[in-house]
Amino acid sequence: MSTAAKVVRFQLHDLVRNRWLLGYTIVLLGLTSALLWLGGGGERAIVSLLDVVLILVPLASVMFGTLYLYNAREFIELLLAQPVGRPAMFAGLYVGLTAPLVCGFGLGIGLPLLISSVTVSIPVRALIILLATGILLTLIFTAVAFLLALRFEDRARGLGAALAVWLAFAVLYDGLVLLVVLAFGDYPLESPLLVLTLLNPVDLGRVLLLLQFDIAALMGYTGAVFQRFFGDALGMATATVALLIWVVLPLTIGLRWFRRRDF
Amino acid sequence: MTSPAVEAVGLSKRFGTREVLKGIDLRIAPGRVTGLVGPNAAGKSTLIKIVLGLVRADLGRLAVHGETLNGKVDYRRAIGYMPQAAKFPENLTGREVLRMLQDLRGADGGLDEELIEQFRLEPELDKPIRTLSGGTRQKLSAATTFLFRPSLLILDEPTAGLDPVASGIFKDKVRRAREAGATVLLASHTLSELEELADDIVFLLEGRVRFHGPLASLIELTGLANLERAVASLMRENGA
Repeated sequence: MSTAAKVVRFQLHDLVRNRWLLGYTIVLLGLTSALLWLGGGGERAIVSLLDVVLILVPLASVMFGTLYLYNAREFIELLLAQPVGRPAMFAGLYVGLTAPLVCGFGLGIGLPLLISSVTVSIPVRALIILLATGILLTLIFTAVAFLLALRFEDRARGLGAALAVWLAFAVLYDGLVLLVVLAFGDYPLESPLLVLTLLNPVDLGRVLLLLQFDIAALMGYTGAVFQRFFGDALGMATATVALLIWVVLPLTIGLRWFRRRDF
Repeated sequence: MTSPAVEAVGLSKRFGTREVLKGIDLRIAPGRVTGLVGPNAAGKSTLIKIVLGLVRADLGRLAVHGETLNGKVDYRRAIGYMPQAAKFPENLTGREVLRMLQDLRGADGGLDEELIEQFRLEPELDKPIRTLSGGTRQKLSAATTFLFRPSLLILDEPTAGLDPVASGIFKDKVRRAREAGATVLLASHTLSELEELADDIVFLLEGRVRFHGPLASLIELTGLANLERAVASLMRENGA
């Protein structure tokens, strides 16, 4: 077994007993069950679930990730004093942290949907996109957590920055986009808006999923532009690549920092 | 002459504007206990961390057992490191921590479980780390340090969290390891402990080596009765 895999294994041993992670799974289970029960399943349930995924998954990933890395600092030091190389340690830490988060997410969202699929029909394509978006957001915001924990020596600052990142992407970004639309309403905005969407993984997830339903038509002219762009294969591919870049870029920078860092 | 266990040549390190090590030259003799002393912020921890590969030097060269580090990791198989305050993952048990380290290092030379026995750690090993007292965690850390029969022991204030009985057991263990041929690098503020254990003393002050030699010759040099007074006099001489 590779060194990274060994690090992953022991992190999993630690994290399966983590109360925060258990809480996260239970909250997702509860919310999904409630939404399915109230919303009656089908498309509407998936759309309501979308908001849960877009808000909760980035928040949990970036906050839990940052907190975990600060708590594990001395332990990382201890492991790096063993015959463990830094790239292996970095890979082990990342996989060991994202795997339980992805499992918690999959279980919390997937289990109630699976149970309810016995009685109501769930649009499969939309469900796959919902799950894939949630998993990618977990990978992205955990990678961002690595960047923050490496960048800020001080724990309180790092956690503050994590909260700020979440606020910016999941809450404020939309408001800013709206401001742009209002301020420059007289100009053709389709291309700038497409670019703005590609720059925010949370928005990207939202657009991808909403376009699976007819409600995209309700999004007006911009909706039509998005539909034209994201609706076809090339658009989907572009969006997926953008999300993958969002995973790879912070990880690449993070690994660089991790290799050079003094512990 | 045998090659030194640790050899530093012109080792320099700065953190931001603070110059922590200013060109350290040092040869730690194998098979001896070398005490690392100096006031706070003298650069002891940084030096130790460079030996472990946790901190990278800006300038200079460092070799362990004749092998220049340069980002290598395998040399750490020969090192047992005990940090000032060990922190293990809270939800793991002591046994899982031991198994993990064993997994990472392999245990070809057989395990040395003497400290587990002498500290009576066995009944504590199946409890989650978060339920253990600070002293018990420190004992666990001590036990892991000796577990793989390392030929180079790096101990950073090892007895700070130990009660007198445990501290005694620990010091006896260090002595036995030395008799078995291990090199020990011991950073400590407890000068009586160094007086008991150390063969040589390295005195660091403001990032430079101010004295390196046998303990006895330091005491002789300063003409004072014990290490504490000798170190205090060195610090005064150097204006610390």
